Amino acid sequence: MNYNFRFNALAPYTGEILRGISLTLQLTCLTMAIALVIGLFMALARMSDNRVLNVAARVYVEAIRNTPLLVQLFIVFFGLPSLGIRLDAYLAAVIGLSINVGAYASEILRAGIQSIRPSQVEAGRALGMTAGQTFRSVVLFPAVKAVYPALASQFVLLLLATSVVSSLGVGELFHQATFIDSRTYRSFESYALITVTYLVLTLGFRALFSLVYWLVFVRRPRA
Amino acid sequence: MIRELGLNDIVYLLEASRWTVALALIAILAGGVLGLIVAVLRIVSFKPANWLAIGYINLIQGTPLLGQLFIFFFGLPLFGIQIGAWEAAALALSINASAFLGEIWRGSLQSVSPRQWEAGAALGLTYWQRLTSVILPQAVRISIAPTVGYLMQLVKDTSLTALIGFIELTRASQILSAATFKPLQVYGLAAIVYFVICFSLSRLSEHLEKRTHAAR
Amino acid sequence: MPLVEITDIHKSFGKVDVLKNISLTVEKGEIVSVIGRSGSGKSTLLRCINGLERVQSGRIVVDGMEVTSPATNINALRERVGMVFQSYNLFPHLTVERNVTLALKKVRRMSNDAARDIARTMVAKVGLADKLGAYPDELSGGQQQRVAIARSLAMQPTMMLFDEITSALDPELVGEVLKVLEELAREGMTMMLVTHEMNFAKNVADRVVFMHQGNVHEDGPARDTLIEPRTPELRSFLSAVLH
Ligand SMILES: Nc1ncnc2c1ncn2[C@@H]1O[C@H](COP(=O)(O)OP(=O)(O)O)[C@@H](O)[C@H]1O
Ligand SMILES: [Mg+2]
Repeated sequence: MNYNFRFNALAPYTGEILRGISLTLQLTCLTMAIALVIGLFMALARMSDNRVLNVAARVYVEAIRNTPLLVQLFIVFFGLPSLGIRLDAYLAAVIGLSINVGAYASEILRAGIQSIRPSQVEAGRALGMTAGQTFRSVVLFPAVKAVYPALASQFVLLLLATSVVSSLGVGELFHQATFIDSRTYRSFESYALITVTYLVLTLGFRALFSLVYWLVFVRRPRA
Repeated sequence: MIRELGLNDIVYLLEASRWTVALALIAILAGGVLGLIVAVLRIVSFKPANWLAIGYINLIQGTPLLGQLFIFFFGLPLFGIQIGAWEAAALALSINASAFLGEIWRGSLQSVSPRQWEAGAALGLTYWQRLTSVILPQAVRISIAPTVGYLMQLVKDTSLTALIGFIELTRASQILSAATFKPLQVYGLAAIVYFVICFSLSRLSEHLEKRTHAAR
Repeated sequence: MPLVEITDIHKSFGKVDVLKNISLTVEKGEIVSVIGRSGSGKSTLLRCINGLERVQSGRIVVDGMEVTSPATNINALRERVGMVFQSYNLFPHLTVERNVTLALKKVRRMSNDAARDIARTMVAKVGLADKLGAYPDELSGGQQQRVAIARSLAMQPTMMLFDEITSALDPELVGEVLKVLEELAREGMTMMLVTHEMNFAKNVADRVVFMHQGNVHEDGPARDTLIEPRTPELRSFLSAVLH
């Protein structure tokens, strides 16, 4: 093999990479927040007695979970304009990602809500706790603890999935690889460097989430 | 030139979806063989092997599949291995699948109750007999549903190979959409095809889950 | 020569001493009931006898085979010493019949037909002839436990070890399992059984071994020992179980 790897050719693009990281994190956090709201409503709809709400939530979750994110993004970005809805790439990315992750979040939250046992609420009240105290310590705390690990790994999956919106031209981290490649003609180095950057980010977030879990749920289990 | 979507356009998409299915099948088979090795390395009582497997799994699961696709697409030619989008797609997806399948199968193996080992031992079965007649049959049963479930994930993952130019269902939709200027209908159609494949697989997986006789 | 000869065994898990210098013999045909508080080492003692646990020192000889010697083929020993667990541990992926025939075919290298004949006899003996084709998860706890006993008996063991085999059962299912044990007792099977069924111990067992904190604290004829305990520990244990 006589190819010379030249990663230092990428050095002038540190600024682009940092901007890419920043946009990726912004996309991830924004999407996660919106997805949690969608997920909560969909979870409640799934559990409601209203048949229409129930079926609508089911259809939403099944439709999203059984089709690829990329096609969902294409429908939002390229398809909706033919209905007169024109979105810029960033907005289309946020909407597409949020709708996608909302479906997964709703399943996680539904499991969390179903893990709450009404008998424990009664027990809390019987022990003389106020409604607020009961809600915090026997409803909210255990439910959050139950859904936390799944939501944390959903966050990491989302962080990786945002790379797909580079195909809409959003200038997030993965798009920077395409950009640097087009400037340096160092395709392999560009994609390898960016891919490793994702690894650093995901490992960092996993460590952070474990630390938070330990601090909040392990160290003070009776909080 | 704007034209209506015709029957032959639908046929074109369906034909392209054969490549989606083929890619998913190749990845689950080749990834399955590799995944078996990953699972074994992960559970043998030899620390360096465990670390190697854990590192591999973290590397694959901690980076975007899109990045893996591009690395293989651009990387292998540098080593003098000339490959096209098809080979790069098959290779990247197989490697990716091996990490996920390895974890699924390790989980299945370890979820067979350790008491099953003991029950086998108490009857005088040798280690090998316990493994092959008692533990593995149960692990395989436990793993079928999640493996089929993962196959559905793989079908969705194949859509990303469109971005390195491999013509499967999603790439074919892009081409058709550019030719017809009917993106909503074309991508909607593609979504329906994906839905039919994935929904059948997830139903199958749920069905298999229900009829598993195994001790966890 | 006794069938089981345990000499001065010591067993610890890490820093915890679970069995402290235990010596014990069991004669052929004897029925020994092992009792004691939870954590006193009863299960560990049984598990040492068929080599599921290794001891740190001391000697165990069963039916002429030295369990504690590394040279012994432990699988061959386990063919002769049957063991039934509290949690049944049937193979859930196999029908009742195949649960029983598995070891016959693999270990004894019997033909399908010969193994099936034995399975039919043994399963009928525990009263479940109509369940040969059922999977374990289609049976009640008591039925599963009877299959587990049949599976062990099919190997024609020299002796049987039973570890709290009725403890996981609903009270109304305990009787059907004890009946199988009584039948075995009548046939003269050598048995060591950990049990909390004091009436069973009193009426069926020949001998009672009371374990306390990793030691054999009392060891004597079943009736006498249970009716007139000599040590305050056994007295307080008995009053705790009986009330
Ligand atoms: N595999 C093991 N590892 C560590 N400690 C064990 C293990 N098995 C049993 N022990 C400990 O040994 C002691 C005796 O256990 P066991 O023999 O199961 O008692 P019993 O059957 O009388 O309830 C207990 O303190 C238990 O915690
Ligand atoms: Mg015990």
